Amino acid sequence: MGQFIQQLINGLTLGSVYGLIALGYTMVYGIIGMINFAHGDIYMVAAIISVTVITLLAALGISAVPLALMVTLLVVMAFTAVYGWSVERVAYRPLRTAPRLAPLISAIGMSIFLQNMVQLTQGARVKPIADMMPGQFNLFTFDGFTVFLSYTQLMIIVVTVILLAIFTYLITRTSFGRQQRACEQDQTMTALLGVNVDRTISLTFMLGAALAAIAGVMVTIYYGVVDFAIGFVAGLKAFTAAVLGGIGSLPGAVLGGLIIGMLESFWSAYYSPEYKDVAGFALLILVLMFRPSGLLGRPEVEKV
Amino acid sequence: MNTLHKKLSVAGACIASILSAQAYADYSVAIAGPMTGAYASAGEQIKRGAEMAIADINAKGGVNGQKLKLEIGDDACDPKQAVSVANAMVNKKIVFMHGHWCSSSTIPASDIYNEAQIPMATVSTNPQVTERGLKNIFRIMGRDDQQGGVAGAYVAKRFAGQKVAVLDDKSAYGKGLADETAKGMQAKGMKPALRESITAGEKDYSGIVSKMKAAGVQVLVYGGYHTEVALILRQAQQAGMKLMVMGGDTLSNNEIVTAAGGNADSVLFTFAPDSRANPAAADVVKRFRAAKVEPDGYVLYAYAAMQLFQQAATTAKSVKYNDLRKALAGGSFNTVVGKMSFDAKGDLKVPAFVVYQWKGNKYEAVK
Repeated sequence: MGQFIQQLINGLTLGSVYGLIALGYTMVYGIIGMINFAHGDIYMVAAIISVTVITLLAALGISAVPLALMVTLLVVMAFTAVYGWSVERVAYRPLRTAPRLAPLISAIGMSIFLQNMVQLTQGARVKPIADMMPGQFNLFTFDGFTVFLSYTQLMIIVVTVILLAIFTYLITRTSFGRQQRACEQDQTMTALLGVNVDRTISLTFMLGAALAAIAGVMVTIYYGVVDFAIGFVAGLKAFTAAVLGGIGSLPGAVLGGLIIGMLESFWSAYYSPEYKDVAGFALLILVLMFRPSGLLGRPEVEKV
Repeated sequence: MNTLHKKLSVAGACIASILSAQAYADYSVAIAGPMTGAYASAGEQIKRGAEMAIADINAKGGVNGQKLKLEIGDDACDPKQAVSVANAMVNKKIVFMHGHWCSSSTIPASDIYNEAQIPMATVSTNPQVTERGLKNIFRIMGRDDQQGGVAGAYVAKRFAGQKVAVLDDKSAYGKGLADETAKGMQAKGMKPALRESITAGEKDYSGIVSKMKAAGVQVLVYGGYHTEVALILRQAQQAGMKLMVMGGDTLSNNEIVTAAGGNADSVLFTFAPDSRANPAAADVVKRFRAAKVEPDGYVLYAYAAMQLFQQAATTAKSVKYNDLRKALAGGSFNTVVGKMSFDAKGDLKVPAFVVYQWKGNKYEAVK
C-alpha cells in the first residue's frame, strides 16, 4: 500500500514532466499540422542553459529558491524562445509549401544539429547541480514504508496544472488564440482576413519552446543531472503522450503524459522496469486502434 | 598553353607526391570508442591516453623508423555505428586498433577487424569478446567473470545478512557483469533479494528506487555505467534510503562524484590495481598532470595499448598481421599499467581486480 501511493506520486511527477514537453508538441501540431521533431532538443538546450544559469546565480550568492527559480525560468525561457523561433525560421518556414515530408526531415536535421552543437560547445560530460530544493513532506508510514512527496515533485505537479490552465485560456479565450485556430483551419483565408500568419506561427513556436524551457528547468532541478543527450528519449516519450492524448489537444497532452508516466511507474514497480517502454508503446497502439485521433482528440473535420 | 601545361604538370607532380607519400608513410594506428554520446567521457580518456602515447613514441623516433599516425573512430557505444567505424578503419589501412570500449560495440566490430587481419587491444570486459575464438583480439583488462567473482565475494562478505538488489542496464557489459556478480554472491551463499533491468539513458529511476525501498534493500549491485548509478543514488537519497553500491570498472569515472550529488562515497567498484601508483607510470602520470589531465580510468590503458603495439612491432620488426600477432601472443610486455602477457584466448594471463571505494573526489582501495 505504501509503495502503491509512492509509485502514484512518482508516476504523477514523471507524467507531469512528459505532459509539459507534450504541450509544446501539441501546440505546434495544432497550428501547422506537423510535429516539431526538434522539440525534444529544445528542451535539452533549455536544461543545459538552466544548469549554467543556476550555477551562475549560486556563484553570485543567489540561491534562495523563489528568486533563483524565477530568474532561471525567465532567462531560460527567453533564450529558448529564440531557439524555437530559429527552428521555425530555418526548418519550417522556407518549406511551408513543400510536401509534408520535407519540413519533417529538416526538423530532424535541426534536432541532430542542436545535439551536436551542445556537445561541441558544452562538452559531452554530464552537468550536475547541487540539490536546489532539498526536503520533502513525509506523508505517512505504512508497513515501515514512509511515503514522501518532495518539494520538487510538488512543484512540478503544480506548475504543470497552472501552465495547462494558462495555455488553455490563451488558446480558447484570447485574440491570439483565435488567430491561431484560424491559421489551423485555413492559412490562406486567414491571411486574406488580415492576420499575420507568419507571425502567429512564429509566436506559437516560441511559446512551445518556452514550455520546453519550463520543462527543462523543472527536470534539471528534479534530477540534478543533465547532459546533451536527454532530448531524444524525453522527446519520444512526450511525443507518444501527445499522440495518446490526442495531438492538438492541450488537456490531451497532459492526460497522455500522466498516463504514460503512471504506466511506467506502476509497470516498473509491479512487473519489471525492463519492459516498461514496451508497455507504453503497446498502450499507444491499442488506443490508436480504437480511437485513431487519441483519447481527447477530435477526428479531423472536413475543412470548408 | 605552355603555362597551362606547366601548371598541370606541377599540380600532377604535387598530387603524385602526396599519393606516394601516403603510400609509404607512417603506420596508422587507431582508437575507437564513444567520442560522443552519453559515455563520451570514457572516449575522451582513451583519446587523451592514446594521443600522449603516440606523441611519446614519435618523439623517440617512432616504430621501426616509421612515425605513428592516430585515427580516431566514434561509435557512441552503438553497435551499428561501431560496425561502420570498423569498416572505415579497415579502409584507412590501420595496422593496429585499440577499442572499442563498450563490449556491445567491440563484439561486432572485432569480426570485421579479424576478417581484415588487423590485431586489436581492448578493455571491454564481456567474456564473449575473447570467447568466440578470434585470433586478433588481445584484452588488456580482466574479464567480467573474474571481476564479478571478486565483487560477488566481497559483497557476500561485507554485507552479510543485508538485502541486496542486482540491477543491470541490459547492455552486453552491464548484464554480463551483473550476472557474474550475482553468481559470485551465490557461490558464497548470498541470494539477491531483487533482480531487475533498467533502461540506460533515462533520467527517472524513481520507480525502481521505490521498489527497492519497499523490499528493504540496503545494497545495490549494479551492472552498467556511472551515469545511471549517479541518478539512482540521488533518487534513493531523496526517497530517504541509505544505499551502498557495488559496481564494475566503469564506476571509476570521476564524473560520478559530482553527478551523484554527494552520495559517491557509498560507491564501491572493482577495477584493475590503480596504475597511477605504478612506478613504471610515474613519469607519464606526472606529464599527464602537467597537461591538466588526470590519468584516471582508461587513460593509462590507452597509453599501455599503444606501448603494446610499439613493443610487439619492434620485436616482430614488421607490422604485417601474422608477425605482429605472433609477437603479441607470445611476448611479455612492460607497460604503464604493468606487465602483460596473453593466454591462448587473448586474455591477460594474470588479471587482477581490486575493490575500491570513492572517498571525496578520489577512489581508494578497500580491504
